[in-house]
Parts: sequence; C-alpha cells; structure tokens
Amino acid sequence: MTATDLIHYGPGPSDEKPVFTGRGHDRSPKERGFRALLVACLAIGVIFLVVLLAYVLIEGWPRLDGDLFRNQASQLRPATAGAQAAILGTLWLMAGTALISLPIGVLAAVYLEEYADRNKWYNRLIELNIQNLAAVPSVVYGILGLGLIVRGPLSLGPVLLAGAIILALLILPVIIISSREAIRAVPDSLRDGSLALGATRWQTIWRTILPNSIPGIATGSILALSRAIGEAAPLIIIGVAGFLTFNPGSMFDRFTALPIQIYSYASRPQEAFIVLSSALIVVLLLILLVMNSVAIYIRNRYQRRW
Amino acid sequence: MSTTTNTAGAGVSLRRSQPRYGERAIEAVLFLAALISILTTIGIVIAIIGPTIEFFQEPAVSIWDFLTGTEWTVLFADQNFGVLPLVTATLTTTVIALLVAIPIGLGAAIYLAEYASPRARKVFKPILEVLAGIPTVVYGFFALAFITPQILQRLIDIGTFSMLSAGLVMGIMIVPTVASLSEDAMTAVPQSLRDGAYALGSTKMHVATRVVVPAAISGIVAAFVLGFSRAIGETMIVVLAAGSSPNLTLNPLEPAQTMTAFIAQAASGDQPTGSIGYESLFAVAALLFVITVVMNYISIRLVRRYREEYE
Repeated sequence: MTATDLIHYGPGPSDEKPVFTGRGHDRSPKERGFRALLVACLAIGVIFLVVLLAYVLIEGWPRLDGDLFRNQASQLRPATAGAQAAILGTLWLMAGTALISLPIGVLAAVYLEEYADRNKWYNRLIELNIQNLAAVPSVVYGILGLGLIVRGPLSLGPVLLAGAIILALLILPVIIISSREAIRAVPDSLRDGSLALGATRWQTIWRTILPNSIPGIATGSILALSRAIGEAAPLIIIGVAGFLTFNPGSMFDRFTALPIQIYSYASRPQEAFIVLSSALIVVLLLILLVMNSVAIYIRNRYQRRW
Repeated sequence: MSTTTNTAGAGVSLRRSQPRYGERAIEAVLFLAALISILTTIGIVIAIIGPTIEFFQEPAVSIWDFLTGTEWTVLFADQNFGVLPLVTATLTTTVIALLVAIPIGLGAAIYLAEYASPRARKVFKPILEVLAGIPTVVYGFFALAFITPQILQRLIDIGTFSMLSAGLVMGIMIVPTVASLSEDAMTAVPQSLRDGAYALGSTKMHVATRVVVPAAISGIVAAFVLGFSRAIGETMIVVLAAGSSPNLTLNPLEPAQTMTAFIAQAASGDQPTGSIGYESLFAVAALLFVITVVMNYISIRLVRRYREEYE
C-alpha cells in the first residue's frame, strides 16, 4: 500500500512467541548495543514530538485567550489579534471537503471492490492511478486548482468552494483506499446470504455491505479529513490570503484558514507573532486531536471483527 | 452471479424476466465516481502543460538554458531562467532529510517488528501516527522558531534560514512514512524464516539484520523511495525554514529556495495570468510532477514484487 496516511492499528501478525528466540545470546554487548540503538531511533521520534508539543504549548499559553476567537487577524496589534475568520474558514472548509470527497470516495470504493473486473485494463489503470495520486505532492494539487479552478476554465477565484474541491481531490485517494479496506473486511458469507435471499447486487451493497463497513469508512475518512485540515501549501498556491478580516458566509466567499494564518504570522520575526502562531497551532492541533479521538472511538466502539 | 443456470426439468424458468435498468444505472454512476481519479490526473497534466509550453515559447526562454542555467531570477527585473539553483536546493534538503529519516525510520521499524512486546507496540505505534498527523506548517514553524535558534545556532555558526534546519525537521516528518511501510514489509516475512535462523543458532540481531531485512528489502526500498518523493514535494517546511532566495550551492548551512518553495512564493505573489512569472511556476511544477510520478511508479513496482513473493 502506498498511502502513508493509512495507518494500521491493532497488534501485528507475529504476536505469538516463536519457539526459538535466540534469547541465550541476548546478553552479549553487541546484542545489547544493537537493541539500544533501535530504542534510540524510536526515542528520537518520541522526544521530538514531546519537545514540539511542549514548545508550542508554553510559547502559545499567554495568547490562548478569548481574543484569539473574538478578534480578527491584524498585522499591527499582535497582542490582541485573533483569527476568527481563519477558525471559521477551517470549519467551513472541513464541511465542504467532506461533502465533496465522501460520496465520491465511497462510491468509487464500492465500484472497485464490488463491480470492477480486475482483468479489464481500465480497472487496473484506475487502481494504479489512485496509488500514484496518493503520493503526488500537495503543491501539485494546488497547481491543478490554480490553473483550472481558480483561474482558467472555471475561474472561481480563491473562494471556499475552490479550496474545498482541491482538498477533496487531494484526500480522495486516501478515502478510496481506506473505504476499500473496510468493504473488503465484510465477509463473503453476508454477501452470499443476501444474494441467496433474492436481493439484487445494489440491494446487497446498500442494505448489507455498506451498513457493516460504515465504522471502517468513517474512521478512514475522518483521518483523511484531518490531513486536509492541516494542509497549507495548495491553499497558498491558489492565492488564499493570510490576513482576512471578514468571516465567510457562503461557499462562494473568499476565505482564509488556520494553517494559512499560522504561516503568515510565523513568517514575521517579532516575538509577539511567534506567540500568536504558537497559540493558533495549539488550536489547530486541538481540532485534529478531537477528530482523531472521534475516529478512534468509532473504531473501538463499532468496528466488528469477523 | 449465476441466476441463469440451466436446471433441467425445473417447472419455473429461472431466466431473468426483465433487464434491471436501475442496477445498470447504479453501476454506471459508481464507475463515474471511480473515473474521477483518472480525471484528476488528466486535469493535473492539462493544468501544467499549457502554461509550460507557453513558458518555453517565450523568446527569453530556452529549454537548454532552463535545464543548465545557473541563475533563477524570474521575479526580478533582470530575468534569468536557469532552474539549477532550485534543483540543488531541493536535492540538498532531500538528502539531509533522507539521512535522518532512513536510519531512524528503519531502526524504529526493526524494533517494532522484531523486538517490541505487544504492549510496547501499542504505545509506540500511536506516537508515530501522531507524528505523521502533525501538519507540515507546524513542522516548518518549529524548525524556524525552535530548531534553528535554540539548537543549531548554539552548536554552529548558522543563519536564521538554512537548508540544514529544514532538512533535519523534514527528516523527522518522514520517519513515520519510512517506519510504517518498512514494518509492514518486515511483518510480512514468514515466521518460518525466523524460526529456521534461530534453530541454526542465530542471535536476535542476526535474525533481524541478515534474515528479516534482506527478505523484506524490496518493501523497505519502496519505503525509502516514497520518503524521497515526500521530501522533494514538501513545501511548508522549506518555505518557512530554508529561505526564499535562489542560491546555487550544496552547502547545507546556507539558505536556498527549493522548487516547491519557489512555486509557493511565486503563486502568493499574485502573478497576472499569462505573465512569464506565472508560466514559470507551472514549468517548475512540471519538473516536480515528472520526478515524483517516476518515483511513485518505482515504489509501487517494488511493493508489488515483495507482495508476490510471500502470498
């Protein structure tokens, strides 16, 4: 699987203890040194994460106040500037992206799992293409948006709808891949049972397969959406402004989003802006934390193992 | 589905009485949804190719100068169109990132696949997932606001912007990619290979380094390739931490603008459609897209090869 954002949960396959473990040799200095080296590799990742979280929390703490949510962005008054438009923009963007990417992604996954004949060249092409798209850099999606959606044929301008379309295309491969896994996990006995009772193919999918794979689809989709929420590069490319002082009212309004706001504050050298961007990073990470917790809750609560 | 089986002697005809147009229509809708991914790729190619061709048709630009020129000053009055400075910056940050991500990611993967108890795995895997879920703009901010002033500037003589700082943080960002894909490849190695090596008296380290890693090597290399394509496509970290002036150098202590950083800078400068600055952005994007597609294809091929071996 190429999509790195698809994450494997649960125990790995080699949980049972092997008969031979080489344990008798484990005490030699070379063995211990190697093991220590491996632990150090993991430790570097863990320490980096802890320091990063501690840094933004400590640095941003003084500005984690009501002004952050009440006030609009300002280049002149960092002590009281907020990011109301950016926070609301991110929520709008999240809704728009979900509305576009979820139906398309799930329907495409149903097609690939339940209908597609793998011997047909076009079906193999679709699969290969999805794998490739999952690893195309996000700036390239920004270029697609700039050339065809924001300017060029559609010429929408840097509005919410354009941002939502681009982010939806960006996470579509991830949603398709994870939805396919959820659909594949539904056992064939359910399919066969439904068909044997006289249900048509679509009735089987709609009433049996989809209800049983919804927890898996929801988990994968929420994780994909949380990736979209953190993206800044494609939005910068299509020309989303860093300092916008009005809230979006419809999908055809110009907007700004949290990652963009963080970027434009972070590229200013004054200490007050560093504090401000740290506070906004904490807000962004909290949104992501809530989304991920919901995903994990759904998985643990509803996911069945057959 | 076999609804039209010939059951000899049955009183009722099992043949379908009427075609189900609804079912066919649904299948068509589903196929269209799957087709959107193909349209996305076509859209990317169309979006890039038009302005790129126009760019090379400009009298001031030639493909030869583009690929070999040593100065990239598109957004200045005196325009030069040599893409090499952007390429060297991309290469330098990518190499630094891989020097960080490959050993650390592989080490973490070997630990998780071969050494960790189920309990340790339950703790460490989510931590790597959190690391993978942090937005890149946050990594970029951390490189600029913490790694450079608090760590690098205390150790060496280095400016506010440097390829080193961006590359190091980008490396940590890629660690989960390398670790999770390599671990998948290693857990797919059959237990019998390990048991055989233990029975011959191998130590745990020998089993890991001489049996499991070689057996999973194509999957591990695929993880490296994917890490590479993530590094050259990464934007926010280099925009924030590596600087915004094109600079033909391989010295990691210097600031330099990468291909992605140029795309972001030129696009946010609101270039008028059809201007040479606007077109240059697409030409650089074309180069980036071609490199990543080739890399992804190599990675997909490698993953398929190792899957076939053990299934």
